[in-house]
Amino acid sequence: MKRLGNNRNLTGLLFVSPWIIGFLIFTAFPLLYSLFLSFQEVKITTNGIKTNFVKFGNYQYAFTVDGTFVDRVLTYLEEMVISVPIIIVFSLIIALLLNQRIKFRGMFRTIFFLPVIIASGPVIKELIDQGITTIPSIEQYAIYQALNDNPDGFFNGILLYLIKNLIVILWYSGVQILIFLAALQKMDKQIFEAAKIDGASNWEFFWKITLPSLTPMIIVNLIYTIVTYSVFSLNPIIEHIQKNMFKVDTGYGYASALSWIYFLIIAGSLAIAVGVMTVKRKKKYT
Amino acid sequence: MQTKTQQVNKYYFKTRRMFLGMQGTDGLLYKLLIYGLLVGIGFVYLYPLLYMGVYSFKSLDDLLNPLVNWIPTQFYTGNYEQANTVLNFFSTLMETLYVTVLPALAQTAVAAVVGYGLARFDFRGKNMMFVLVLATFIIPPQVTLIPRYIFFNELNILGSLSAFLLPATFGQGLNSAIFILIFYQFFRAVPKALEEAAQLDGAGHFRIFFTIALPMAAPAIIISFLFSFVWYWNETYLAAIYFGDALTTLPLQLQKFVATYQQMFPAEMGVSGGNQLNEGIKMAGTVLSILPLLIVYFITQRWFVEGVDRSGITGE
Repeated sequence: MKRLGNNRNLTGLLFVSPWIIGFLIFTAFPLLYSLFLSFQEVKITTNGIKTNFVKFGNYQYAFTVDGTFVDRVLTYLEEMVISVPIIIVFSLIIALLLNQRIKFRGMFRTIFFLPVIIASGPVIKELIDQGITTIPSIEQYAIYQALNDNPDGFFNGILLYLIKNLIVILWYSGVQILIFLAALQKMDKQIFEAAKIDGASNWEFFWKITLPSLTPMIIVNLIYTIVTYSVFSLNPIIEHIQKNMFKVDTGYGYASALSWIYFLIIAGSLAIAVGVMTVKRKKKYT
Repeated sequence: MQTKTQQVNKYYFKTRRMFLGMQGTDGLLYKLLIYGLLVGIGFVYLYPLLYMGVYSFKSLDDLLNPLVNWIPTQFYTGNYEQANTVLNFFSTLMETLYVTVLPALAQTAVAAVVGYGLARFDFRGKNMMFVLVLATFIIPPQVTLIPRYIFFNELNILGSLSAFLLPATFGQGLNSAIFILIFYQFFRAVPKALEEAAQLDGAGHFRIFFTIALPMAAPAIIISFLFSFVWYWNETYLAAIYFGDALTTLPLQLQKFVATYQQMFPAEMGVSGGNQLNEGIKMAGTVLSILPLLIVYFITQRWFVEGVDRSGITGE
């Protein structure tokens, strides 16, 4: 019997072995190597790659000398803090709407999922260049002009960003809508009926039952949104990393340091977002 | 007197029921609100596409004429002709399919194998591996990009399909973690009975996997392949770095659209109009670059939108 158990153990490992090999070669090793590179000055010579240990030089350079990087990270964080909640709330609303008994549900789902299919970097860039990503003919309204005249204020900046990029932000929410929708459809109808009999209104039902039971999905969507938002090819930080990678005076070492800083920032934001959600959830149940 | 109030009451309730409904979810007002919201948001979603479509058919005169807004005065296809030459559409399309379909197939295949291994077997370090699989989703590609670039350079596979295919074959392609998860969830939800019966009949694990488990997993295979295909298609950052100038895709060509256009049709000094790149041509190029995906999507959209709940991404 024990032999059989061992056998199953081995077969299981055999099944997952492609991933393990790939992980070691294409992820774990590159990860360590780029960490190593980030502490080096890398020169590419005809004899191959020459490295020179510079301690935290690259990291120091990123935060003290390279103004663009710090600038772009700050904008990225600011925009993410604005966009991510909007994406989550918006996709939840759409999912709730689509979960009603409505006609043409398939058609609406097709429309709302469309951006996932076509939203590649160059397409979005083309759309932004054409100015199609704003709310149609918003320029004509007085509010927009008032905002545009003094874009320095904090809230003005946020509002302007929202107006200018609303469609792009909404376009990020395709997969999230589907995830919410799938979760909503799995919810037990009996709970709804029981709550109805106890006299709960739809409003109460949403806040007290639907939303709490969706919390795990909200966390999943948060992670998904933050990650896809961060690695999207139009992200200015990514562009900056790429530019430094092929620059002669900074090169691979500095680009590695930048990518590690970026990685840590993403991981940090994920930890904060998930942390906030779980703390909130615990509070509700105690 | 009483009958009159009853009458009024009756009408009152009737209209009330009509507008607000019995349960608060089937009244006319409520319906109106929901459909209104859906149509409104749907319009905002489709607006860029409509805009693209309309502008791509506008001739230069229509573009300059402020009176022509949504309906072009004539059915003008010149933009598409020019965009077609700039993008070199058909040969680029073939190349794009080549660099997206093959990695997508490899990725789906390996995700099925690994997902099955995770769902059906217990082995030491499985939980650890699970955490690592999820972690690979969070790691931005930029961190592993440079070492992979150096590594591929030494293997001499930069600028060839292998730069995409190799990581995909070993489960480290684009968003591989998601596909492994899809298959993991799927195989966990499928009852084991059939496989156990086959095992009693003496079939080996691999035979069981290929003859019983894999055919059952058709929904998961289709959705994984479709998503993988779309994500590889839309990937321009890694493609630009790994492929350089050796291979190109439609999105990459779109990225270089302006530069290629100016090379092909150098602007003649002093001559206005004529050869200038205008919005119409650009929009035609954008439409052409997403058209294949749109067609795939409209044929397979049932799988895209239903597959997500069927393959159980949200199982946990």
